[in-house]
Amino acid sequence: MSTLLWVIVPYLCLAVFVVGHLWRYRYDKFGWTTRSSQLYEDRLLRLGSPLFHFGMLGVVGGHVIGLLVPRSWTAAVGIDDHLYHYAAVGGGLVAGVMALVGMVILIYRRRTVGPVFSATTVMDKVMYVFLGAAIVLGMWNTIAGSIFSLGGEYNYREGVSVWYRSFLAFQPDAELMAEAPVGFKLHALVAFGLFALWPFTRLVHVFSAPLGYLTRPYIVYRSRDSRPGQPGSTPSRRGWDRVG
Amino acid sequence: MRVMSQMAMVMNLDKCIGCHTCSVTCKQAWTNRAGTEYVWFNNVETRPGLGYPRTYEDQEEWQGGWVRKPNGRIALRAGGRLKKLLTIFSNPKLPSIQDYYEPWTYDYETLLSSPQTDTFPVARPKSLISGKDMNVEWSANWDDDLGGSHEHAARDVMLRGIEDKVKLEFEQTFMFYLPRICEHCLNPSCAASCPSGAIYKREEDGIVLVDQDRCRGWRMCVSGCPYKKIYFNHKTGKAEKCTFCYPRIEVGIPTVCAETCVGRLRYIGLVLYDADKVLEAASIEDEHDLYDAQRACFLDPEDPDVQRAAEAAGIPADWIEAARKSPVWALINRYEVALPLHPEYRTMPMVWYIPPLSPVVDVIRDTGEDAEERGNLFAAIDALRIPVEYLANLFTAGDPEPVTRVLKKLAAMRSYMRDINLGREPDESIPAAVGMSGEDMYEMFRLLAIAKYDERYVIPSAHAEQAHALEELATDCPVADQGGGQQDLFGEGSGYPTPVAVENFRMLQDRQTSDTLASPGDKASRVNLLNWDGKGAPEGLFPARKED
Repeated sequence: MSTLLWVIVPYLCLAVFVVGHLWRYRYDKFGWTTRSSQLYEDRLLRLGSPLFHFGMLGVVGGHVIGLLVPRSWTAAVGIDDHLYHYAAVGGGLVAGVMALVGMVILIYRRRTVGPVFSATTVMDKVMYVFLGAAIVLGMWNTIAGSIFSLGGEYNYREGVSVWYRSFLAFQPDAELMAEAPVGFKLHALVAFGLFALWPFTRLVHVFSAPLGYLTRPYIVYRSRDSRPGQPGSTPSRRGWDRVG
Repeated sequence: MRVMSQMAMVMNLDKCIGCHTCSVTCKQAWTNRAGTEYVWFNNVETRPGLGYPRTYEDQEEWQGGWVRKPNGRIALRAGGRLKKLLTIFSNPKLPSIQDYYEPWTYDYETLLSSPQTDTFPVARPKSLISGKDMNVEWSANWDDDLGGSHEHAARDVMLRGIEDKVKLEFEQTFMFYLPRICEHCLNPSCAASCPSGAIYKREEDGIVLVDQDRCRGWRMCVSGCPYKKIYFNHKTGKAEKCTFCYPRIEVGIPTVCAETCVGRLRYIGLVLYDADKVLEAASIEDEHDLYDAQRACFLDPEDPDVQRAAEAAGIPADWIEAARKSPVWALINRYEVALPLHPEYRTMPMVWYIPPLSPVVDVIRDTGEDAEERGNLFAAIDALRIPVEYLANLFTAGDPEPVTRVLKKLAAMRSYMRDINLGREPDESIPAAVGMSGEDMYEMFRLLAIAKYDERYVIPSAHAEQAHALEELATDCPVADQGGGQQDLFGEGSGYPTPVAVENFRMLQDRQTSDTLASPGDKASRVNLLNWDGKGAPEGLFPARKED
């Protein structure tokens, strides 16, 4: 059972995630967009969207630190468990609450503003269920597990994180996850589901984060001939330079 | 000197009758799709008026275009790259659908299906955004012909500073029409605002386009464009804009708006310019100098040095020839009667306007004086500050001097040509009064009044050396591009892309040369769509499936 849940399912989801993105990028560049609904409604979005997105950036950053940085590394630079715990719970709470409140505002907006609701696809709704569940379970793990120690002490940095790194190194150690509290298990499973859905939802826009904007020249020039497949253009032939 | 060529347009506002034919044909060609119901790549505004979207010219509010910083460099008014990325989750300056207008249709079904009643059934307006009943309260040209202007027109941004002098009483106001398309700027702030780099300027003809495969829907271009000529397609989630009808331009025919203009007021042609000078010109300190600075970027296609440099820059000979014959070049630099729209946005717009003399002529005519006499016209241009100042706010960043000069030229042309048309001795002092020769004035009159199709639209078509490829003759090796990593060897992506215009050309040719009205052989067994009630799918609606 633990092999199925913590080896087979995760790798299946990872494969869908990777191949799905490649497929989507190859065949549906036109559909690769944020699908913004700001044109319909501005007031709630102005509040909810930055809250949610900046909160999520914090959440993702926290996960990167928590899952990928081994305990020995932080110990080596002189951060003891106690200090780490405070920083993680504090930062996690702030980011998590921002993301959660933002998401509640955004879902409320999506449900109550007519045009926004009618522009919502089935895939959007499924994705919201998974994303919402993942955030709520994550918050539960932080609050119930780390603050009130419900269900006993659990240091995820010795369990879940180690498993996650072994998973990424293709040497998965399913036992580590099997011993984790049920909240962490559910959070991980929902997250796998979300990753498997990812390439088929609007979440793909995460991978378009336009960081290149910071360095590229302001005005982009492009030749009519340089891109084959563009309507109205003809590809230039090798060996034939333009005359004149 | 880095020579580049730009496809540009000039509109003669004196001839615009505000019939909206350009808008309608453009909409039929480009934006009659779901998601673009509210989008008009070409729209015609009545001025004074609010424009579309409402008060788009108020850059204090909308933050479009560029501003000159105290250090002498220009920057995006809405903020630099970092600020753009930090506000990417919710664009603070995006116009809402109400700023454009909520598009609607009518519930025509009730007219047909209504039971017998005492009163006529009514087709109620339904919003195309929410699908619900709505009150129609605004549209792209709601204040057409000054309709409702006693309520709205005072909010016209261009009236700021002269509002106390303008009488907006219906009978006393002046009025003209302003057709607008994308300006295809030399220094486009939409492209600079695009985080994804999806908006680009074509090297060959300077047309500014949105790459639909690269656009990610961040919406920064919509707020970055001071003319608000980039629109967000709310169904596809991508930005769309006027394409200068590039598939038509590529095969040498004018844009749809120009082709269908009943007043024949649009001119299309090439302008050669020095790309190295653009940024410097856009950064000039005094807004009033922007008009001259932009003109100084343009290169005289008759100058042998320019021709040589253009050739060296890879501009084909037929394009240089077209630049020499360009009516746009003539109106901007030879006769100096065309002015840019809002040069103060520092985007270096490339759709220019000949300001209308008619408001002035109308005033003189109403006083009973001779409205074609030079003295009367000149005196009126000097005396009627309001139209001139208003036009200056539109075309020269508020500097009345160039507007006055242009209007006097147009007035002089009127007087001068009257003598000729009446068979009198032409008075050479009239053109001399505006610094022109009689010959030049006559040529200008010809271009403005009676120029034929091929003089108004001088559009060099796709390169002759590429005609071979355009024809798609099967003399190329089908795998020639393998290794260049361009096409697939097999399947959908293989072969060469079909140019849009050639596709249309083929369709047209098929239609013209086929024996029947509809080509398929099984036509007899098909449903006549004219008799179809729109319900269900009767047998024969679709062609039979091919049995394998």
